[in-house]
Amino acid sequence: MTNETTHAVAFTPEDLPTARSFFVPHRIVMMLVFAAFVVAVAVFMRWDWLPRYLPRLGWGILVSLVMLFSTAILGFLLAVPIGLVQVTGPWFLKLPAKVFCTVIRGTPLLLQLWLLYYGLGSLFPQFPAIRQSFLWPYLREAWPYGVAALTVSFAAYEGEVMRGAFAGVPPGELEAAKAYGMGRWTMFRRIWLPRAIHRALPTLNGETVLQLKSTPLVATVTVVDVYAVISKVRQETFLTYEPLLLLALIYMCLTGILVVAFRTFENRIPTRGA
Amino acid sequence: MAADSLINWGLLSLNAPGWGGVLLQGFFNSIQIAVGGFTLGLALGIGGAFGKLYGGPVLRDLLECYTTVVRAVPELVLILLLYYAGTDLLNQVLALFAIGPVDISGLMAGIFVIGVVQGAYSTEVLRGAIKAVPAGQIEAARAYGMSPTKVLRRITLPAMLPYAIPGLSNLWLIATKDTALLAVVGFSELTLVTRQAAGTTKAYLLFFLAAGALYLALTLVSNVFIGMLERHARRGFAVQR
Repeated sequence: MTNETTHAVAFTPEDLPTARSFFVPHRIVMMLVFAAFVVAVAVFMRWDWLPRYLPRLGWGILVSLVMLFSTAILGFLLAVPIGLVQVTGPWFLKLPAKVFCTVIRGTPLLLQLWLLYYGLGSLFPQFPAIRQSFLWPYLREAWPYGVAALTVSFAAYEGEVMRGAFAGVPPGELEAAKAYGMGRWTMFRRIWLPRAIHRALPTLNGETVLQLKSTPLVATVTVVDVYAVISKVRQETFLTYEPLLLLALIYMCLTGILVVAFRTFENRIPTRGA
Repeated sequence: MAADSLINWGLLSLNAPGWGGVLLQGFFNSIQIAVGGFTLGLALGIGGAFGKLYGGPVLRDLLECYTTVVRAVPELVLILLLYYAGTDLLNQVLALFAIGPVDISGLMAGIFVIGVVQGAYSTEVLRGAIKAVPAGQIEAARAYGMSPTKVLRRITLPAMLPYAIPGLSNLWLIATKDTALLAVVGFSELTLVTRQAAGTTKAYLLFFLAAGALYLALTLVSNVFIGMLERHARRGFAVQR
């Protein structure tokens, strides 16, 4: 349950190959074999359905990315207070935050999603107050439940990461801020939060990559993301492998782009002595 | 009171009108798959870690491809691909030996799928752990004239354990939660059974909360054992603050 362990699971910038390392004899042979495999897949498998579904696939990718970024941002905003109260809060804030993290991290995301969608979704129509409120048109859709489940899950995992990051900021820095006469809020805004985010950044990025891998679950509650589009293709064309291979390729590209973007972002933050 | 009439505890009873027995059976299936998948993953991980550290360049690159693909593609997609491809491939191989197609049980397919996914993660965890073992200890073992398998059995595996346990325990918890994804391919583990029970009785909240409690109990019990294991493996280490 330590923070380092997410690194083994998440795809991190260290895993990216460097350009120069490709030109080794055995790698050239392996790449040729792989290229032959790709050509064989392209020639011998059926891809005639692809142009018809291309616009829908584009929309699906967009929905997946919107799901990823909206829930990551919302989840992070929730995670900061959850992490903070676990470090400095009074017991009546510390305890619920700890219970929240334990419960969400201890149950599968698919179950949480179905609990929200089927459970709450079946409960809401029984209350006339909710049916007549302005929220009802949204609550009848599937995506708010998907966003809610992904946000809550991200907040719980990140809350744990932020707790470690807040606790890991050297006390001397906070004391120095206090000695400068900073108030508690100024100290938090200028020293504690930036330092904690800086410390947690690699883990945060890893968790965001993991979050991308969680987004296809929303397809099970009828949100039309890229996974749902591929499922539709499979139903309509009766093909098993081709759409799934394409889907795996799409997710690999998305992960790669995300990891490269995070690496450039991390490199832009000055770190002394590292 | 709407809330009172919503909860019908009789639905959870173990006998026929209640769904408690079905739920527990699904829970048992989930645990079986998690244990099987984790064990298969551990075996793949030990092989993968040693291949990555001591193998030839081709083997190393192939293993790198394996771990990269598994870590970059969502588990849900991998499970679908492996589920169909795995059963298809096995039947084609069997057809080569002129044996008719067999119906692969959902349990075996589930263990295979979770195991392959876990294998990539444990490869990375174990590789890190083996690298954390001081090189001098392994060199000393070699200097004593131990064969590579003996070095592995006597030195490397026991010495890396304290470094591997946090990562491996995390993987075990991930394995228990990943079994829920098998609901999507129609294997009747806890989450799918819960959905069926909830759909039949319309008591959605009750059943999903009950299933959540079962998963949570599994995690909490696992955490207790993990804590004991970790204390045992780290005995003699300097206390970290």
